[in-house]
Amino acid sequence: MAATRLFLRASPVKCSLTGLTGGVHSSLGSTLLKLSPACTAKPQAQRRHAAHFTFHPEPAPSQYESRATNPPLTFTGTEIEEQVFIADTHCMNVSAGPTQKMNLFQSVTSALDNTLAGDPTAVIFGEDVAFGGVFRCTVGLRDKYGKDRVFNTPLCEQGIVGFGIGAAAAGATAIAEIQFADYIYPAFDQIVNEAAKYRYRSGNMFDCGKLTIRAPWGCVGHGSIYHSQCPEAFFTHCPGIKIVVPRGPVQAKGLLLSCIADQNPCIFFEPKILYRAAVEQVPTEAYQIPLSQAEVLQEGSDLTLVAWGTQVHVLKEVAAMAQEKLGVSCELIDLRTILPWDTETVCKSVVKTGRLLISHEAPVTGGFAAEISSTVQEECFLNLEAPISRVCGYDTPFPHIFEPFYIPDKWKCFEAVKRMINY
Amino acid sequence: MAAARGLTKLYRIGLHAIRQNTTLKATTFLQQRAFRLNGALRQQPFDSSAEKPQFPGASAEFIDHLEFIQPNVISGIPVYRVMDRQGQIINPSEDPKLPKEMVLNFYQKMTLLNTMDRILYESQRQGRISFYMTNYGEEGTHIGSAAALEPTDLVFGQYREAGVLMYRGFPLDLFMAQCYANADDLGKGRQMPVHYGSKDLNFVTISSPLATQIPQAAGAAYAVKRENLNRVVICYFGEGAASEGDAHAGFNFSATLECPLIFFCRNNGYAISTPTNEQYRGDGIAARGPGYGLMSIRVDGNDVFAVYNATKEARRRAVAENQPFLIEAMTYRIGHHSTSDDSSAYRSVDEVNYWDKQDHPISRLRHYMTRAWRKQSRKLVMEAFEKAEKRLKPNPELLFTDVYNEMIPPIAKQRDAMWRHVQQYKEHYPLDLYEK
Repeated sequence: MAATRLFLRASPVKCSLTGLTGGVHSSLGSTLLKLSPACTAKPQAQRRHAAHFTFHPEPAPSQYESRATNPPLTFTGTEIEEQVFIADTHCMNVSAGPTQKMNLFQSVTSALDNTLAGDPTAVIFGEDVAFGGVFRCTVGLRDKYGKDRVFNTPLCEQGIVGFGIGAAAAGATAIAEIQFADYIYPAFDQIVNEAAKYRYRSGNMFDCGKLTIRAPWGCVGHGSIYHSQCPEAFFTHCPGIKIVVPRGPVQAKGLLLSCIADQNPCIFFEPKILYRAAVEQVPTEAYQIPLSQAEVLQEGSDLTLVAWGTQVHVLKEVAAMAQEKLGVSCELIDLRTILPWDTETVCKSVVKTGRLLISHEAPVTGGFAAEISSTVQEECFLNLEAPISRVCGYDTPFPHIFEPFYIPDKWKCFEAVKRMINY
Repeated sequence: MAAARGLTKLYRIGLHAIRQNTTLKATTFLQQRAFRLNGALRQQPFDSSAEKPQFPGASAEFIDHLEFIQPNVISGIPVYRVMDRQGQIINPSEDPKLPKEMVLNFYQKMTLLNTMDRILYESQRQGRISFYMTNYGEEGTHIGSAAALEPTDLVFGQYREAGVLMYRGFPLDLFMAQCYANADDLGKGRQMPVHYGSKDLNFVTISSPLATQIPQAAGAAYAVKRENLNRVVICYFGEGAASEGDAHAGFNFSATLECPLIFFCRNNGYAISTPTNEQYRGDGIAARGPGYGLMSIRVDGNDVFAVYNATKEARRRAVAENQPFLIEAMTYRIGHHSTSDDSSAYRSVDEVNYWDKQDHPISRLRHYMTRAWRKQSRKLVMEAFEKAEKRLKPNPELLFTDVYNEMIPPIAKQRDAMWRHVQQYKEHYPLDLYEK
């Protein structure tokens, strides 16, 4: 684990999808390559794959939908707006304020910055967060807020989460970083047996609602077995925690701030492939996007597409392909919160369209698509025109060189759409 | 060669000094080097001209001959005690000279705990409660340590620390309510017996998984440190739980993050049936402390004054210096692990009897006390017991609440489904035992 991370740490800044060389070794390495006769030719097959989706930034929000079930930590609007914000528990539109171009990791930094500014108890900790983090999500925060608030922990995930639970239980807003979602398993006991059950088992005398766990998640083109995983399904089987996955920078900041404010322990998975690839105009002030509310990105009448995180962008393209090549109108839903999930929005859509396709990178067996499928068939059985389709990863560990074959790309999804339409 | 031998000798002296020296005024070579006075451990400035090793990972001299450090388990870290087994103070300067009422309170609380244990153990045998764990033999560790803390100090326990809660004033009614899971249970009937908790008394609700509280205690201590309100966190666990990865995590985090935290290990000789020689091969838990950079001590857990003194001093320094302390209290688990265990399957009755008769924390303190209290405590416990037994269980609505801070639709749906089902099949459900 440490060795692999060392490798990745060697070129964190240069880590990109299209770069073949980069980092400290590039000059010597490329010289050697040039000198070697076998390596003069650069065959097409050797070039690394381009991304399996295109990120289309959503237009900057002028107004933001936000539900103040929990008082916002750092809402820096006017006094009047803040008052109304806290009192009213319904969705209301609030002005988004000034925006700035940010990629996904910068939007995370912005959310953390707002949090540390407004909440003196807030602390951020994990492996390597002090210098800015292996994905640069915490750059500048230690200098700005102090070493007692942004600090490294020893290399021990069960310790990071356990420590976070205790800090949250004692009243601090604890934001724990797990370096890769692939490494969250040593903390499984602390998350499932402790964090999730803290409030329930103590009769609401104690809770760790102030705990938020963040982890980079999902395929990245070269991550292989231990830097590409999507482990949300392991945790959806655990009442008491919330699980959230954003599809872009604006969503990420708003959802992360909601997780931090939420009075239940939350796991926030950040699609690492989007850290640099996704760039949008993001409000610089704090704002929240409600949890447990799926978003209909595109309305349609023939087929419902459901995904979260990176896969939303894949399905966006699938919807365009379906319209263009098949004349099929797809309704695209970003689930956003995986646990507790918004059954109402999904079922309402399937009642309308009669067809459902769910897609995720995680292996199909026991993946969260199974849960969605099961619930939808219970609620919408007579509305279904075709069996519910799941286009997911295969039941294998996430492979290295075979990633292009493994992932549920737009062609596999398009094929599934065709089958459903022709059922 | 002479220099090397001298170095080895110095090293041995240092090690010996650590083992010898239980007071915190020690200024040996090793201790000075290993523990900083305040703030962060500074790595030595890089100096390539020096003969000393320049590795960032350790501050040490070179040695030119191959020698393995031998773990010393024959004469391990000494056991600090104030009273002998007959209750006589050995070194008068170590006598805490506590006021009479306080010592009387120690005795009363220990015997009240002992009495409650007897009655609740029996009640499990009679099928009145589902499960119980006694604290026989370890009363001294609970009372001595609890007495040395402030009421605002936060306690994380394992499951054999009921005396700490009792000392703080948790009423018998609430102990019983939790064991009976009746409607008065602060935990709302959700956990097995002995999984106590009290927000008012700063005792975090216990959970069954072992050692999970150890890193949590480090986190809580960190938060408490930032609050700057003269509070400490204490974390109890057994020598078996100390084998868990979470223990390693908690020790390491507390030291690197400089947390005001007392680790209190009850080394009672057994983890269910596993004796200590199958649990570890080193010199117990206290010897692990220096490996993490923790101030460490081993005490006689059956000597309530020794436990008191060690905890008191650890608390004072943990708060003043923001560093964790490790106290290993040696004791003996006189009772079975729980009502699901019969320890005669793995240990001799003679062994148990020795501790019960010859080295019991209550007996050792009894030499200060009279016997009149025993009968009265029994009466008090029986009254609470009968009351708890008659009380209804909580409303089954409480099965579904507190999963999240507020009720969410999917859980509400399941709750409604349960009530519909129970309405229809009501003769098969013991509704009369529960509050409406």
